[in-house]
Amino acid sequence: MPDIRGYGALSGCAQEKNEDRALTAVETDKTLKVDIWRGGEDGYYQSFTVPHENSQTVLDVVTYVQRKLDPTLSYRFSCRVGMCGSCAMTVNGRPRWTCRTHVDLVAEDGCIEIAPMRNFPRIKDLAVDMTVFFDKWRDANARFVPTEAELDGFAEVDPDSRERKEASAAIECIGCGICYAACDLVSWNPDYLGPAALNRAWTLVNDVRDGDPNGHLKAVAGDAGCHACHSQQGCTSHCPKSLSPTASIAGLKRKSFAALLKGAL
Amino acid sequence: MSILAAHRNHPTYWAFLLHRLSGLALAVFLPVHLYVLSMAIGDGAQLDAFLDWTQQPLVKLAEVVLVVLLALHMAGGLRLLAIEFLPWRDSQKTFAACAGAFAIGAGILYFLNLV
Amino acid sequence: MSGRLELWLFVLQRMSAMVLAPLVLVHLGTMIYAVQGGLSAAEMLSRTQSQVIWPVMYGIFIVAVAIHGAIGLRAIIREMTPLLDTTASAIAVLFCLLVLILGFNAVEAIA
Repeated sequence: MPDIRGYGALSGCAQEKNEDRALTAVETDKTLKVDIWRGGEDGYYQSFTVPHENSQTVLDVVTYVQRKLDPTLSYRFSCRVGMCGSCAMTVNGRPRWTCRTHVDLVAEDGCIEIAPMRNFPRIKDLAVDMTVFFDKWRDANARFVPTEAELDGFAEVDPDSRERKEASAAIECIGCGICYAACDLVSWNPDYLGPAALNRAWTLVNDVRDGDPNGHLKAVAGDAGCHACHSQQGCTSHCPKSLSPTASIAGLKRKSFAALLKGAL
Repeated sequence: MSILAAHRNHPTYWAFLLHRLSGLALAVFLPVHLYVLSMAIGDGAQLDAFLDWTQQPLVKLAEVVLVVLLALHMAGGLRLLAIEFLPWRDSQKTFAACAGAFAIGAGILYFLNLV
Repeated sequence: MSGRLELWLFVLQRMSAMVLAPLVLVHLGTMIYAVQGGLSAAEMLSRTQSQVIWPVMYGIFIVAVAIHGAIGLRAIIREMTPLLDTTASAIAVLFCLLVLILGFNAVEAIA
């Protein structure tokens, strides 16, 4: 396996580690060994050595590699501050937001392994294809269905109502895909709609403004729907926004059961 | 893929795994158990002969294991029913722990009565 | 209907589980009691033949566990083996029948 260590520092951005120079506030005198996935479905782990810094995040590491060591590395990021979810990758086996993962908390013996997210087709290196993930949102009918009635003024939703509390507890999902990457049922059942799509469907079932609650339940009560979940809570334990798709899916199980008994499905 | 993969290393996954494995073991055991019981037909002499065989220590140990598996599977199942049918509670890990404790308790009780 | 199959299987699985829970508790308690001083066919038969509740209870137990085990096995086969869905369902049905037949044989033997 190719092992590239610090070749071809880019001119203008070169930063030599000069032992006579005093370390800046963030630099330490340690280095970090990083194995990064290169290629698509078939590929290999490429090793890099990067300077270690205090409060360094895994995204910092990947960015350093791409800018200073190997410009051909492909990866996604956007906000860098834990809001957009674009930087999700597998770090030492667990799906995480790399901008919010401190190296010191996850490095094992000064080593980190970075791979693209599980359960997604790999495009190149650390970038994955999110198409199926969002197709399943469509298949789960996880979009708002407006009523046909003409409303006088705004719809009124009581924030203290049970439905609104249920919806609010699940509404903050930004579609980063970490729950989907963490879910074993997604690996074992390729048709499984997945925690994010089902979580979103639950918010709509609880939205009193939505015009077709039974339609939402029908979409998730089919094959590979909410009943495929075994409540292992891989999703809940990895969600960076502390959401609980398991709770939402349990709610969908209850509601679809009730709807079945009423003959509404 | 290793069962101990990093993303699976949390309590509710172990609970799922134990629940699934105990269920599988019980499903394999059940037909055998039922066949043995059918030997009780008549005056049960056939069953008594079989029961003599079960006095061996290894068989007794296996019985204790089966009791633990049954208690484990039931406790884990009750935990799942609670998640799915009752309003959501955050005391998930407590439930899982209680399930485990109940299973071990049942096994110990059985063992104490067995020997 | 096939789109609702998973939903019905889920319902059956949970319903059979709710039936099984108290029965298993009784069974565990009975076993812990019965195993004191050693097992014997005569002791067991004197218990199960004395009151009709025992064969009735075990009859219900058999039906519930046949359904519950079959659906559980089907899920495991579908998720963790490369076998087809139809094969998994066939194995589940076979298991269900096996337990029902052997089970009612056993209930008849102890009644």
